[in-house]
Amino acid sequence: MAIVDATGVRAGAGRLLACHVLHGRADLGAHLDVHGHLGRDAARHIADDVHDAGLTGRGGAGFPTALKWDLARHARRPTVVVNAMEGEPASGKDKVLLRHAPHLVLDGAQLVASAVGAGEIVVCVADDDPRGQHSLVDAIAERAPGAFGRADVRLTAPPAGYVSGEESALASYVAGGIARPFFRARKGTVLVARRRAMLVHNAETLAHVALVARHGAAWFRSAGSADAPGTTLVTISGDVAQPGVYEVERGQSVASLLAVAGGATEPCAVLLGGYGGTWIRPGQLGTPYADRALRAIGASPGAGVVAAVPAAACGLAEVARIARYLAGESAGQCGPCVFGLPAIASDLSMIERGDGGKRALARLAERLDAVAGRGACRHPDGVVRFVRSALDVFATDVANHARGAPCSSQARMPILPLPSRRASEAERQSSALR
Amino acid sequence: MRMMRLRVDPVACDAFGYCAELLPEMVGLDEWGYPVLADGVVPPPLLDLARRAVRDCPRRALFLEAAERQGSDGARVSRGAVLGAGRSAGGNRPHARGPHAT
Repeated sequence: MAIVDATGVRAGAGRLLACHVLHGRADLGAHLDVHGHLGRDAARHIADDVHDAGLTGRGGAGFPTALKWDLARHARRPTVVVNAMEGEPASGKDKVLLRHAPHLVLDGAQLVASAVGAGEIVVCVADDDPRGQHSLVDAIAERAPGAFGRADVRLTAPPAGYVSGEESALASYVAGGIARPFFRARKGTVLVARRRAMLVHNAETLAHVALVARHGAAWFRSAGSADAPGTTLVTISGDVAQPGVYEVERGQSVASLLAVAGGATEPCAVLLGGYGGTWIRPGQLGTPYADRALRAIGASPGAGVVAAVPAAACGLAEVARIARYLAGESAGQCGPCVFGLPAIASDLSMIERGDGGKRALARLAERLDAVAGRGACRHPDGVVRFVRSALDVFATDVANHARGAPCSSQARMPILPLPSRRASEAERQSSALR
Repeated sequence: MRMMRLRVDPVACDAFGYCAELLPEMVGLDEWGYPVLADGVVPPPLLDLARRAVRDCPRRALFLEAAERQGSDGARVSRGAVLGAGRSAGGNRPHARGPHAT
């Protein structure tokens, strides 16, 4: 796990995390001291401000926030769902926001609720994050009902898991169902679960909304680049001197992000987005950390994960280990995911063991083709993207393994983090919602 | 005539494979017995068969939609003809749930 406690938060560009520098966790008083009160008519012009600011979702898909509101406005009394589930094991940014700036997230949620006419806000914090839950419980209690908006706010703790933070899974849970994705014949429309329209936003997106409401679109755009305005939270992990959660300006190169975290000690391949993200080569680190530039090399900022794996380590061993985890995180609903992901993981493990070699590699290529695009959610697509880009970036490691050559990584510790099951169980016991 | 596209709800689908039996021109099966649908509109001569496949799906997982209505996921991958070749339809189905599990 990347460092996400008080000592691990690095302020960087210092907008979302400005308060943390002075106060640690921002209670309501500290929050208002640092960020100021919301203007009386903030809710009235927030939709225009967010549109002009060019704010995009920070949960993974990078969808324009203003566009999402336009869709939701057609729905009858939608529910605003705050996604602070942090399903990505290599990400720590939601936890940092919940623990250090809960009022920014709540301000943002209440502004959205006013903008789209929502009657209720439901904040979703995973059941293995009691610290985040406690911080939110306290923050909600500090805010006088009605003082920040008309919508009711409640906290809920869906089961932790890679897929339970997917937006349709959260919508299903909030509507009283189980936290599993459901099939939507048409995407790009309002999300409806059990006849309730749901507007799901990542916690970081909402924290940006709270700042745009205070300072305006031009202020937001004064950081970052023209096509990637603003700051963003990234979780930098792996082979860097100071792993942690950083607030950085968008549009700078991936290499300069690594430099913010103290720099990589040797040439690195970098995983961008999350475990459903894309590997890029050491030679591609000059690419701007911006949607369009990354799309050109098949990558995206995703949920802000930036994980550096040294070129001298065996990428295949890392990828095989993560693929086994991802296969186990299938929601168990769609056949191509239920059967395909374990098959893909087992092909990778066989290649890693030097067992099956080229035939396993050919079969893996076929299976990646067969699974892509065939789930109700994007989980299988993410696994395919992760594995395909790894086969490309770590082609030398893969070829060495496939012909049974000894591996350079045997002596190394695992680099990419995975949740520890035992720790999660203990944390669930101390949940704030029991 | 309206152009129609064949789609499947992957949560509902339980790999019965009837669609591939009834409409092999458009539906192949992957190695686990789940349908892989051909891209693009259903050729008008196949529409009746496609409707039959939709009607006969025991899980009600298969459906037709107007082609112009395809949303942001219009780029669904399908290699039906390729994957369906050389395999008996519905044969390789390592599935615990039988027809009566529904």
